[in-house]
Formats: sequence, structure tokens, C-alpha cells
Amino acid sequence: MAKKIALLQGNEACAYGALYAGCRFFAGYPITPSTEVAEVMARELPKLGGKFIQMEDEIGAMAAVIGASLTGMKTLTATSGPGFSLKQENIGYACITEVPCVIINVMRGGPSTGMPTGPSQSDVMQAKWGTHGDHPAICLVPASVQELFTETVRAFNLSEKYRTPVTVMPDEIVGHMRERIEFPEPGDLPVVNRAVPSVGPEEYLPYDTRFGDIPPLAAFGSGYRFHLTGLNKTADGFPTNKAEVVQREGERQLRKIEDNIDDIVLYEEYLLDDAEIAIVAFGSTARSARYAVNEARKAGIKAGLFRIITYWPFPDKQLAPLAARVKAIIVPEMNLGMTIHEVKRCAAGNSKVTGIFRVDGEPINPGQILDEIREAGK
Amino acid sequence: MAFDYEKYIRPGKLPHIWCPGCGHGIVMKGLIRAIDTLGLEKNSTAIVSGIGCASRLPGYLDFCTLHTTHGRGMAFATGIKFARPELQVICVGGDGDGVAIGGNHFIHACRRNIDMTYLIMNNNIYGMTGGQFSPTTPMGARASTTPYGNPDPPFDIAKLAIGAGATFVARGTAYHASQIDKLLVEAIRHKGFSVVEILDSCPTTYGRRNKFRSAVEMMNNLKESTVSIKAAENMSPEQLQGKVITGLLYKENKPEYIAEYQKIIDDAQEIYR
Amino acid sequence: MEKQFPKIEINERYCKGCHICVEFCPTRVLAMKGFTASVINLEACIGCMQCELRCPDFAVKVTT
Ligand SMILES: Cc1ncc(C[n+]2csc(CCOP(=O)(O)OP(=O)(O)O)c2C)c(N)n1
Ligand code: SF4
Ligand code: SF4
Ligand code: SF4
Repeated sequence: MAKKIALLQGNEACAYGALYAGCRFFAGYPITPSTEVAEVMARELPKLGGKFIQMEDEIGAMAAVIGASLTGMKTLTATSGPGFSLKQENIGYACITEVPCVIINVMRGGPSTGMPTGPSQSDVMQAKWGTHGDHPAICLVPASVQELFTETVRAFNLSEKYRTPVTVMPDEIVGHMRERIEFPEPGDLPVVNRAVPSVGPEEYLPYDTRFGDIPPLAAFGSGYRFHLTGLNKTADGFPTNKAEVVQREGERQLRKIEDNIDDIVLYEEYLLDDAEIAIVAFGSTARSARYAVNEARKAGIKAGLFRIITYWPFPDKQLAPLAARVKAIIVPEMNLGMTIHEVKRCAAGNSKVTGIFRVDGEPINPGQILDEIREAGK
Repeated sequence: MAFDYEKYIRPGKLPHIWCPGCGHGIVMKGLIRAIDTLGLEKNSTAIVSGIGCASRLPGYLDFCTLHTTHGRGMAFATGIKFARPELQVICVGGDGDGVAIGGNHFIHACRRNIDMTYLIMNNNIYGMTGGQFSPTTPMGARASTTPYGNPDPPFDIAKLAIGAGATFVARGTAYHASQIDKLLVEAIRHKGFSVVEILDSCPTTYGRRNKFRSAVEMMNNLKESTVSIKAAENMSPEQLQGKVITGLLYKENKPEYIAEYQKIIDDAQEIYR
Repeated sequence: MEKQFPKIEINERYCKGCHICVEFCPTRVLAMKGFTASVINLEACIGCMQCELRCPDFAVKVTT
């Protein structure tokens, strides 16, 4: 049977990806340029017996998706810049209570109201450091409509597997572009469902590390009853001030991610084998970069592209050897310099790292990158 | 027979953390009696709260309990109830939690009319953080952030709830302890969003600064400053001056959100089958 | 038959000494003994339960 093919907008693809992954609950608050995700969910969820609710603000939307997830549902919210800022406290709550959920943040210009319809890539640091305190962070940055679909599915899988919120962050260009997409059939992409407790209700504890660093989360209403709090807690979910427990639990929550980096980190290498100049880019900027690399190759310059797909955890493991191999790295990004600091950290002085930064609401075009490649090749 | 509260309390959790004479304990007992009267199942009842002394309540109770972020209890509760309507959902919190930082969620929960109950424990102060004024602190009262008296006018929570569209609104006091469970029983039975405000007392951070020498004096004040809606019927406006009315203040039947949404699901599934 | 009085138990581990039960007992059955409430005049008890209902600390149990 032929695959179902459609011309779809990025944000729409994201919503269909969520439905494919089994998401049946959406809570949100309208904000440009993410609103289409909510609109598709509002239309499609009832057909599948799912629930859509427009909350009074993004804080409430984030709270509602965590609450709904606790009943065993896969849940989604979508927002942009100012709304992402408002969600931060409750994202931290999902981190510490270890409740899965997926957040779409379609990046627009900032800070504050910034440029509502202008593209940006300036929330990548917020995705890791936005909520206070040490906490795990998984953030995916797709670059095409098809990938927005597949990465949203992967976001749900990672969220359920690692029992933590996952953020998917297309820039406005990827969120709003229309492309041909091939709908995966059921079974084409893996769909991970939440682990259920292997012990009975009498024995169940929400953070029982006898079952490893990611203990199963029971659902409210499934015969298990327990307590969850945003305070530092012990295995039974109740608050504690015990220094060694707080330390141990804090470390475990980071370890969940750090020990599984290879499973989480996804990237794409393009013409890097013999490259002397590497571009490190993501989202729509990576599309310009790919074009620039092709042009550079035509001009005889050995350029290649490292495309970040999993932004957090950062692909240190891949970038460090790359930096040791190439002469120069160029980091184009729609912000005033964020990814470049991570890349420099990975490069550890082993190659020259320069950036192309743009926050005027215009995409970084291939010409700009090509100029920089030529400069670096001199 | 004596009432067995501990049947509903998680083993080993008493004594609770609240100060001597804190009204929150009296309210929690009222809630337990209401749950007992209604025969609510432990595994299918979720009790949710925000942050504050009052919001510590769920941790004591042997149900599905969630202690969330300051002011957001109702939004978490909305997610739980909407996702799994078969759960009985009760949200609790203090006045600061409910009508200051959580005020937006509060009014919208009232408007939306989801079938759950909000128990607000109004002690007119931010107890947990040491006694700063709240949106229900009377004008002139002392708090750590109103050292010269409070210039900020208070909310009437019940009126706010009614104005925002809540379909069941009742008020009681910690002094009138035997009424708390009765109000809550009716509230929980009500199909729609029900608000029960219990006036209670924080001797530690409010009483101390406002010339109440003891928890007992604060309890007496709850008695003297309130009048039941029944008694109020026969009182003149002069007699009612300065009194707060207690009892069932408002009740109406309106479409319940989740039932309405279910119709949307049914229609959508009918059309797209 | 002898008159049966309600049984009043004060849990000293829970009692925080707030005086509420003592002050609001209509027949002065209870009194503070140091920091905890205690029963001093059981004969006067009318079993109204107000002490139990108003004790914030789950420390009073009245069995009628
Ligand atoms: C976002 C946020 N802001 C402020 C606080 C600090 N805080 C904790 S409890 C509280 C007030 C609690 O007052 P109330 O809800 O009336 O309950 P009470 O302690 O009086 O029972 C405040 C301001 C917080 N925890 N989170
Ligand atoms: S500070 Fe006030 S509200 Fe908090 S426990 Fe003490 S008396 Fe109760
Ligand atoms: S039951 Fe009533 S009379 Fe008896 S001790 Fe308690 S308050 Fe007093
Ligand atoms: S009311 Fe309870 S806590 Fe207070 S003195 Fe009496 S027994 Fe003790």
C-alpha cells in the first residue's frame, strides 16, 4: 500500500506526530508561532476520544499536562517564548517529580514579546537552564516538517522511557514551513509506553530505586495510591531534608540522562569525513548550512556539516573529536551567540570556532555562511 | 462511638507539622469526616494542593495525593479530573495560594465548572512564609509586610467565586467545626465546581501581630465575627454590620465541562467513524 | 445501674497544648496539666464532642 503523503506545515506535523505517539491529552494557551499545534489537537483529539483544553495561561497549561500525565496519559503542551518562560516553574516540577510530558516551544524572537512572527534560536539555553535548580534536560531541534513529526514521536518515547519532560524546539521557520511529508504507518516508528510497576500497590513506592535509576510511575486511579511533591523527597515520595538523600536523589536524576546519552543524542553528519571546515548548526539554519557546504565543495573547499538534532544533552562526544580533526568550526545561529559557547567548550582550543549571529528576524542565508567558509579557508 | 480519623491518615504521619492552635488541623478533620460520610474510595480520590501551610494537608491523607507548586493546585487538579473523570478530585489550599498567586486558576476553575471541589482554608495571612499580608487580610491589620497596618483592601472569596461562575459556594469556620463536614459533603455531592471557604486561624503569624493573645481568642473571634445565613435572615442591616455570613451561600445547576466535552467526543467519533 | 460516662482519651504525643478543648468545653471537664490537656471532671461530661471536633491535633477522642 502506498504511504499517505501530504503537504503539511511543521506545527501541524508536530501535532500528528504527537497523536502517532499515543498522546491523548493537550492543554495549552494560544501564542504565535505555535498556535497551529493547539488548533490541530483541538480538532483531532476528540475524534480519537482524547481531550483538549485551553487553559487560562501557560502556567495552568503546564500544570494540567502534568496532572493528566499522572493518570497515565501521554500529554502535550505547545508554546513560544513568553509562554515558555511562564512554564518554567512547572517544568521543574515535572523534572523533580519525574512525570513524563512533552513541551513544544516554537522559537520566536525575544526577550519578552520580542518578535512574535520572527524566527529565532535563542531559547536553547533556557531549555536547559530555564527552571531553577539542577535537573535533567532533553531538548530536540528538528529541521524539517518530516523531522518535526518523527522527533515529536521520539520526544514522547524519551519522556516515557526516562520519566522526564522533553522539549521539542523548532524555530519559527521550521514550525511554519510547508513541506511534503510521508505519514509513517503504525509500527513504522517505535512507540514507547510507560513502564508499569511490577509490584503490587502495598509495596509500591514512586521512587523505588531497587528498580534502577528510572523506577516505574504508577497512574492515579489504577489502584495505586501515593504522594508526590515538588520538595526534595525520599523513595516514598514524601519530603525530606536528609542531606545524603537529597544529594543521592539529585545525582540520580541527572544520571538518568547522562548514563543514556548514546540512546538520546541524535545528529547528522554531512561530508565531514575529509572536511577541513565544519559547520555546526541546527534547525532551519542547518538547511542554509547544507546548501553553503554544497556550494563550498563546488568551489573546492572541503567543508562539512554537523547537524545537531538532540540539543540537550549536547553532542560533546561527537564534537570533541571533530574539533580535533578540522581546521575551523563555524557556528551560525539565530541568536547572539549561544551554541558557540558549547561548541568552544567541546573544541577545548583544538580548533578555531567562529560564529554567525543574527537576531533581526531574517534567516541566516547560505551566502552568509559561504562567505564565512571562504574566510576560514584562507 | 468515637470517630476513627486515623483510618484515613497515612501511618506515622501524626503529629502534623502545624503550630499549636492552627485552624488547619480542624479543617482537615472536617474533610476526613466528609470523606467518611460519602464513603469515598481511597484509590479513586485525588487530593491536590499548592504550596503553603494549608497545602501540606494532602500529605497526611491516605489517598492519591499531589503537592504541587504555589497557586497551581487547581490547574493540576483540572488536568487530573479532565483526563480521568472517574476520579473524585478535591483541591485544597490557603488564601494566598488560592486567590493571590492562584487567583487566575481559581476564577477560571469557577467559570469552567468542572465537577471537583475546592477547599480554601482562609486564615487571612501567608502563614508559611512568616506572616505577610494576603489578599484576604483585612484593611488596617498588621502583617510582617504591613508594619503600619494594611492599606490593601481584601477580597471576599465567596463573592469572587459566585461572580466567577462557581455553581456551589459555601463558607464555614474552624470554630463551627461540626459544620465543616456537612458543607463539604454537599459540595462534593454537587455536580459542578464547588467552593468551600473555611475561615480559620493562624495564631503564630496573624494572631500574634493583631492582638489575639491565643488560639482560643482567635476561635472566639471566628464565632463573633460570623453569622449563619439562616440567622442573618432575621437581622437588620445594622446588626449585620461587620459580620461575615456562613453556610450555603449559592447553588445552581449549570452544564458541567467534562460532560459537555464528552458530547464533543461522542459527536466527533460518530461523524468520523 | 450506674451512670455511664463518655470515655475521653487525650493522646499526649499529639497534644500541642493549645487550650482549645479546655476553653470550649461547656462543662469544664478538661484542664491543662503542664503542656497537655487532661480530664479533671469526667462526671460533668455531656458527650457533646466539641473538644474532639475542635482539637486541631487529633489528640482528643471521645467515645460515647
Ligand atoms: C512561586 C512561589 N512564590 C512564593 C512562594 C513562597 N510561599 C510559600 S507559601 C506562601 C504563602 C502561603 O500562604 P497561604 O496559601 O495563605 O497558606 P498558609 O501558609 O497561610 O496556610 C508563599 C508566598 C513559593 N513557594 N512559590
Ligand atoms: S504558621 Fe500559621 S498557618 Fe502555618 S502552621 Fe503555624 S499557625 Fe498554621
Ligand atoms: S465531650 Fe463535650 S462535655 Fe465532654 S469533655 Fe468534650 S467538650 Fe466537654
Ligand atoms: S485541643 Fe487538642 S492540642 Fe489543644 S490542648 Fe486540647 S488536646 Fe491538646
